Amino acid sequence: MAETRLIEISPVTRVEGHGKVTIHLDENNQVDEARLHIVEFRGFERFIRGRLLWEVPVIVQRLCGICPVSHHLAAAKAMDQIVGVDVLPPTAEKMRRLMHYGQVMQSHVLHFFHLSAPDLLFGFGAPAEKRNIFEVIRENPELGLRAVLMRKFGQEIIEATAGKKIHGTGAIPGGINRNLDIATRDRLLGQVDQMLDWSQAALSIARTYVETHAETVAGFGTFPSSHMALVREGDGALDLYHGRLRALNSAGAPIFDMLDYCDYHKVLVEDVRSWSYMKFPFIAALGPDDGWYRVGPLARMNTASFIDTPLANAAHGALRAFSGGMNHSTLANHWARMIEVVHCVEKIRELLHDPDLQGTDLVAKGERRFEGIGVIEAPRGNLIHHYKVDEHDQVTYCNLIVSTTHNNEGMNRAVKDVAVKHLSGQPRITEGMLNHVEVAIRAYDPCLSCATHALGQMPLQIEVYDADARLIDRAGQCL
Amino acid sequence: MSESFQFRIDGVEVTARPGQTIMEAADAAGIYIPRLCDVEGLRHQGGCRVCTVKSGGRSVSACTQPAEPGLEVENDSAARNRVRRDLVEMLFHEGNHLCPICEKSGNCELQAMAYRLDMTEATRFPWLEPCRDLDASHPDIALDTNRCISCGRCIRASQDMDGKGVFGYVGRGIHRRVAVNGADLAHTDAALADHAMHVCPVGCIIRKGEGFQVPIGERHFDHGLIGHEIEDRARKDGRK
Repeated sequence: MAETRLIEISPVTRVEGHGKVTIHLDENNQVDEARLHIVEFRGFERFIRGRLLWEVPVIVQRLCGICPVSHHLAAAKAMDQIVGVDVLPPTAEKMRRLMHYGQVMQSHVLHFFHLSAPDLLFGFGAPAEKRNIFEVIRENPELGLRAVLMRKFGQEIIEATAGKKIHGTGAIPGGINRNLDIATRDRLLGQVDQMLDWSQAALSIARTYVETHAETVAGFGTFPSSHMALVREGDGALDLYHGRLRALNSAGAPIFDMLDYCDYHKVLVEDVRSWSYMKFPFIAALGPDDGWYRVGPLARMNTASFIDTPLANAAHGALRAFSGGMNHSTLANHWARMIEVVHCVEKIRELLHDPDLQGTDLVAKGERRFEGIGVIEAPRGNLIHHYKVDEHDQVTYCNLIVSTTHNNEGMNRAVKDVAVKHLSGQPRITEGMLNHVEVAIRAYDPCLSCATHALGQMPLQIEVYDADARLIDRAGQCL
Repeated sequence: MSESFQFRIDGVEVTARPGQTIMEAADAAGIYIPRLCDVEGLRHQGGCRVCTVKSGGRSVSACTQPAEPGLEVENDSAARNRVRRDLVEMLFHEGNHLCPICEKSGNCELQAMAYRLDMTEATRFPWLEPCRDLDASHPDIALDTNRCISCGRCIRASQDMDGKGVFGYVGRGIHRRVAVNGADLAHTDAALADHAMHVCPVGCIIRKGEGFQVPIGERHFDHGLIGHEIEDRARKDGRK
């Protein structure tokens, strides 16, 4: 019997958002293997070496144009440890939190409305020319306008706290470099109630979709897995900025809980595979075969004991009730994501009323250390930054585990699940089938989704190989 | 005291004193002549040539050329600024200037000069991409020589104001570089309080720990183009 083979992929460097799916068929046209290849190589972990510690939060945020704040803050948290600061001044921590909630909000809104809404509104098999934000705006101008204005609000929060909407400089080792002036606060407060209304409406769209398409959702990339996220120390509440690590198995039982994230390397191992530049982390106690897990909005809904803002907490309860426990559906990420948008706006409103944001104690100092680990819940999931710095203030070691990396195996499973259900026995690839695979990947909002430059399209390429490893078909929207 | 005299810059009459350079007289008159190697308090060098003006049919550096009665000086013309932009662009090409991640961004005179001269991209010359060191050996100061433009300010400040000689030129031609007088900065008598540590126009001489403490919006050139202080002075006096 002929065997399938791995496919050689040439890397596309410095390109955000290029992925490739390969699907191997056996002699009976049944899917034998399906893989999502990440063919980018960034190299930040190497070229950050030698740079000065206070530069790191500004340099590493260039990893991404969609959620740079996440990298900025994760690196800043690591550098806090290196400059010996365990507790930030209240103004600094609250400004950083405000920045982060603005970031998560705008990123989630971007993903839901600009990237996924065309699939959800028009159907996975809708014509390609229909699946873009412009068609959403054409068919529902009010919804399109909200999408734009909600993202704008999130970016204005970032600008107010970091100095720029993209790639600012707000967080510095030990604190923040600005507070929030009254005029900016009042301008943002003037919009926040409207944002809360719109975020609830967006939540309703996502929830209704999952509830009314229960059969589709259940049969589309749904498979049991472990889930991991930060939760707030002590009570296990959702906390996007800081907390302790909690990992639950597919039945909801803890694998580890309230773990100091500085010990991440004791519980997580990073595996590598020859066909992808992305690593495959797994939970050490479960081994490489069973230790894979998922992160992101749905993982956070599964792991959080509750949410400390009322509207989001009620929505969290509804999702948990609908799921009857742990939810393993890839498409339920959309619902979870919109719950987080509501949570972020509630938090933003709470913070804007907090006078600590006008405080002037911005930076703390401490005794110098030589290693720091910063962990944050980025829009796409858990994000780990780990650095070592020498006595000359130069970085000597860097390890980054980004959300999309955590989700690597999960996305591959989703790709295979959808490919098996929609491809097996179908030697020809249809446009609708192509998009089904995309929808599965897109639900994880991976950083490779090139969200900043693709309108309804991913530069995603699908190749189908027969049992003799001959390429028999290829489809892609950006070929 | 000798009597002052007049000359013209771009058709505007300027009063100068004997011994003043064209640039000194222009500054006093509220006329900005772009410059990178020249800075108040240091002897003039005429090295970067960004201040090149046309005078008496010749191209001269305004920071070193004495003003003379009756001179007609061409400064803020398309031709002069085009040459300046070429010079600035070449400085970007021959170093490793990564503004988005540089702590000097917003306070950097090279970056500010590029903005003033409408240098929106640097694409016309080959990138040299030199392999240069970051010397962080000193406890208070770091040198990122990727960003050095060899303006020599630190050399003059160290020699003339600090009386030390921490910095000097090594090499010749395109290989001429600013270097420290020791195995590394830690093996010199450099100190944070030295004038030399405060005159770098770019992000080469770094005072450790400052980093990005100044927020975007409050950096020096967030308030206006480079040279705006000189031009604002003239506007306040109603001269322009």
